[in-house]
Amino acid sequence: MALTPTDVAALARLARIDLTADELAQLAPQLEVILESVARVSDVAAADIPPTSHALPLTNVFRDDALRPSLPRDLILAGAPAAEHDRFRVPRILGEEA
Amino acid sequence: MTAVLQYEDAMAAFDPVLGLEVHVELNTASKMFCGCSTAFGAEPNTQVCAVCLGLPGALPVVNAKAVESAIRIGLALNCRVAEWCRFARKNYFYPDMPKNYQISQYDEPICYDGWTEVVLDGETYRIGIERAHMEEDTGKSLHVGGATGRIHGADYSLLDYNRAGVPLIEIVTKPIEGTGAKAPQVARAYVAMLRDLVRALGVSDVRMEQGSLRCDANVSLRPLGTTAYGTRTETKNVNSLRSVERAVRYEITRQAAVLAGGGRVIQETRHWHEDSGTTTAGRSKEMAEDYRYFPEPDLVPIAPSRAWVSELRGTLPEPPAERLRRVSAEWGFSDLELRDVVNAGAVNVIEATVAAGASPQSARKWWLSEIARRANEAGVDLEDVRITPRQVAEIQALVDSGTINDRLARQVFDGVIAGEGSPAEVVAARKLAVVSDEGALSTAVDAAIAANPDVADKIRSGKVQAAGALIGAVMKDLRGQADASRVRELILQRLG
Amino acid sequence: MTPTTMPDDHPARSGSGDHHAKIIRQTAADLAAKIRDRQLSSVEVTRAHLERIAEVDGEVHAFLYVDGERALADAARIDAKIAAGEPVGPLAGVPVAVKDVFAYSGAPTTCGSKILSGWLPPYDATVVHRLLDSDLVILGKTNMDEFAMGSSTENSAYGPTHNPWDLSRIPGGSGGGSSASLAAFESPLAIGSDTGGSIRQPAAVTGTVGVKPTYGGTSRYGLVALASSLDQPGPCARTVLDAALLHQVIAGHDPCDSTSIDAPVPDVVAAARSGDVTGLKIGVVTELGGEGYAPGVEQRFRESVDLLASLGAEIVEVSCPHFVYALPTYYLILPAECSSNLAKFDAMRYGLRVGDDGTASAEQVMATTRQAGFGAEVKRRIILGTYALSSGYYDAYYGQAQKVRTLISRDFERAFGQADVLISPSTPLTAFQIGEKVDDPLAMYYNDLCTIPSNLAGNASGSFPVGLAPEDGLPVGLQVMAPPLADDRVYRVGAALERALTERWGGSLLDRVPELAVPA
Repeated sequence: MALTPTDVAALARLARIDLTADELAQLAPQLEVILESVARVSDVAAADIPPTSHALPLTNVFRDDALRPSLPRDLILAGAPAAEHDRFRVPRILGEEA
Repeated sequence: MTAVLQYEDAMAAFDPVLGLEVHVELNTASKMFCGCSTAFGAEPNTQVCAVCLGLPGALPVVNAKAVESAIRIGLALNCRVAEWCRFARKNYFYPDMPKNYQISQYDEPICYDGWTEVVLDGETYRIGIERAHMEEDTGKSLHVGGATGRIHGADYSLLDYNRAGVPLIEIVTKPIEGTGAKAPQVARAYVAMLRDLVRALGVSDVRMEQGSLRCDANVSLRPLGTTAYGTRTETKNVNSLRSVERAVRYEITRQAAVLAGGGRVIQETRHWHEDSGTTTAGRSKEMAEDYRYFPEPDLVPIAPSRAWVSELRGTLPEPPAERLRRVSAEWGFSDLELRDVVNAGAVNVIEATVAAGASPQSARKWWLSEIARRANEAGVDLEDVRITPRQVAEIQALVDSGTINDRLARQVFDGVIAGEGSPAEVVAARKLAVVSDEGALSTAVDAAIAANPDVADKIRSGKVQAAGALIGAVMKDLRGQADASRVRELILQRLG
Repeated sequence: MTPTTMPDDHPARSGSGDHHAKIIRQTAADLAAKIRDRQLSSVEVTRAHLERIAEVDGEVHAFLYVDGERALADAARIDAKIAAGEPVGPLAGVPVAVKDVFAYSGAPTTCGSKILSGWLPPYDATVVHRLLDSDLVILGKTNMDEFAMGSSTENSAYGPTHNPWDLSRIPGGSGGGSSASLAAFESPLAIGSDTGGSIRQPAAVTGTVGVKPTYGGTSRYGLVALASSLDQPGPCARTVLDAALLHQVIAGHDPCDSTSIDAPVPDVVAAARSGDVTGLKIGVVTELGGEGYAPGVEQRFRESVDLLASLGAEIVEVSCPHFVYALPTYYLILPAECSSNLAKFDAMRYGLRVGDDGTASAEQVMATTRQAGFGAEVKRRIILGTYALSSGYYDAYYGQAQKVRTLISRDFERAFGQADVLISPSTPLTAFQIGEKVDDPLAMYYNDLCTIPSNLAGNASGSFPVGLAPEDGLPVGLQVMAPPLADDRVYRVGAALERALTERWGGSLLDRVPELAVPA
């Protein structure tokens, strides 16, 4: 299951990182080595073992449906790369209409 | 112009299968994972905090009321409530999603495996409910610079995150089969029923035109007599009950044309256009986006106790099918009348109008004639016409008391819907009250008799039917503002 | 470069050198007592540390940001509170450094990355809030591997931090800035975050104390997430008691963090004061030692085991057979979670934006910015994580890793059935040369071998200095692991070692840190 630069390019697209050709070439073997070493986990991960997604057995942590103060708008827009009409301004979006 | 088959031709060859995904926006005071307000219409980006803006380091905390509402919706849909479930991250990049993942539920929905019934034309359709799960809404984008305000051709976009994080419940049906040619109506009836159900639970405003009830319609066709599912498309931007029906119908005809022509239906998301009555392709889903779901590590599992579920079961309102049986007994409608009422989605409004004092028959009359006509003209659902059940009952009361008659009532409807005020105010402002002053009536009657001597003679000689022409003349004179039967009485008295 | 808001002619610079030198060598506990008794003022103490930073941080580069004016203003307010007899916290007036992974409003938070350059958080992390509420004085933000990915602080986009023991060597990572600031006496206390050893391994290679509380023991609200199910803020200090006092301040339930534990903080301060290990069963983990461990590390570890035995502890050997899978498990879970956690850095709402020339799409600007703003290790792990979560691969990778996590937890449970605490070396190697392992990711990951199991299982763990390796004179740390919610046991054993070793050494290990050259 060798990872090719093309595979890495597909992943980079999914992850929205514009990797260079050099990086793609470099990353593929590096990732491959890592994946080989981590493939060892399959040695012991039998089907009947339940997965752990939390270290603690906590459940049912909720908050009441109560209002809490929002952040002041000027503060949140202050860090924006671009803002207009009290909104975050972003470049044209290609994706499909919601 | 996309090719479509005639609907009848489509039905002669194909069997439609539907899948309806409905999103309900809950009416909790605060958002799904933070304490920001969900109130509608606020200034942009004034209901945002570190959590719903997805600032680095912020963490979500689950709104208990949202969980309660999700369970109640599930119970009302006869679902099983999970003993243990988790939230999951749905990962994809989009500027209206601050974290570039949506906290949702994936393979562990809180409610699943339910069913519900939809009554249409006297037939009951049982619709399986695959799941109901919790998720958060996205922010809203304004696309600037393009011609239509839509995404294509826009120069840039402006983001408002007020709605980001508002709680949503997504309800997904199992494949809906066996509806045949009635598929579009069944789809509409299902959404209408769901809307009524959720409203009765009190957990959402469920107003489609405001976006608190959203429907995505999945449609696929298979050749008649086969069992394998065809390729389905998903249609979005279906913003009213009418649109649900029209969009499903259109997709059927479009897909039928493709298949009949030997082509292949492309699995994709399509966009419904109300103005043209068609769907257009969005981005192709042949290469389905890989959402890389995994359990949300910032939240702990939800394990609703059976005692809590039991308690919530006790808070459920009357199931729609039962309610229908009850009201039909109370109202005494004929089967056909009831069918019309259900088809028009008017059960709620009629019930409310009756509760406000009108008789069932008069309520039915007004909602299915006057108001339905206006709804159709404006292309909106019955409930979105700007008149309340109480106002309808008031108008009927004015007719019952003789203040106005049926014909004048139509003008009162005009006035109320135009926003001129309450029925009584409209009657006064437009001077629509029936003339009850006997003197004025007599004068008008005498004038009509004098102007129509031949007709008057006929009546004197016994041809009582001829009175109609005189009544007409009097009504014209009085601009319709008279009680026709009183006018008739006066005429016959004179000429009797 | 350490950006500091303290100008050359600031009065703080004119303090008596000796006086300040004495101040910075004291423990936080001692400073707190003297500030409370008004023998020292918080302003003097803060000034002394700011001066020290100005003197040595050009070489150490522990700090990314220092706000001298704000710190002195805070110190003055605390002094006024004390003078007015108002109640203050047990560490009132004592300076603390905060790893630049925590949100501190009005100050830059970079997480060691270019992609967040210039970001000023509009809110405080809970841990930061508690520091301020308890009247500590925040000196500034410390350097770290970018987004906490690394074991050497060489992955910082702002240049590495240098180990005060030997400036050509790494101070550990990802929290090298915090640990170096302690070893350089720039601050008596520091806050770090530990995902796979980022508090403990730097503590080990700098001769300081660093503890990772039980997962959920300290709030993660405001801690920029790396791997949400593994991250935990924790205290860093030069002594066990100092760390315990700081632990007490920052730990505890937080309703803003759904994963935080709703239970009282274990009495870590009492345990640190006691240091009594008589009758304690201490388990030596078989799998954490042997080949691949530096001889000096093994030697000091063995000596410490003997020492603990001589103090009355019962030593047992325990086996945790699945620990050998901990590293690969970690390097599947972490990238997966971080690939999702780092998706929010997309140039749309804050931070760096590159390539927005008016024609590029949002998608392009996202990709261009992330390419420019993320370093190599971050990109590597994001891609790895994206792969591990991909459809078709989830079950093979992330899904499997979560199962092995269960096995590791079970190993711990079994082991804690045989012993009250478990011990091991904190890390296999002493501080290596800057640049030595930077091109070999797998070799770098190896540093986390001993620390990772505790992150996977969520139990408490701390690193304590147990000497210098004979072969290179560099610090060695011993790791103490306790069951979840038994954080106090970590401090108990650490305190026992400290007391005995300090006696044996005739003073603190850090007395032997070479003098850092002070500019003339």
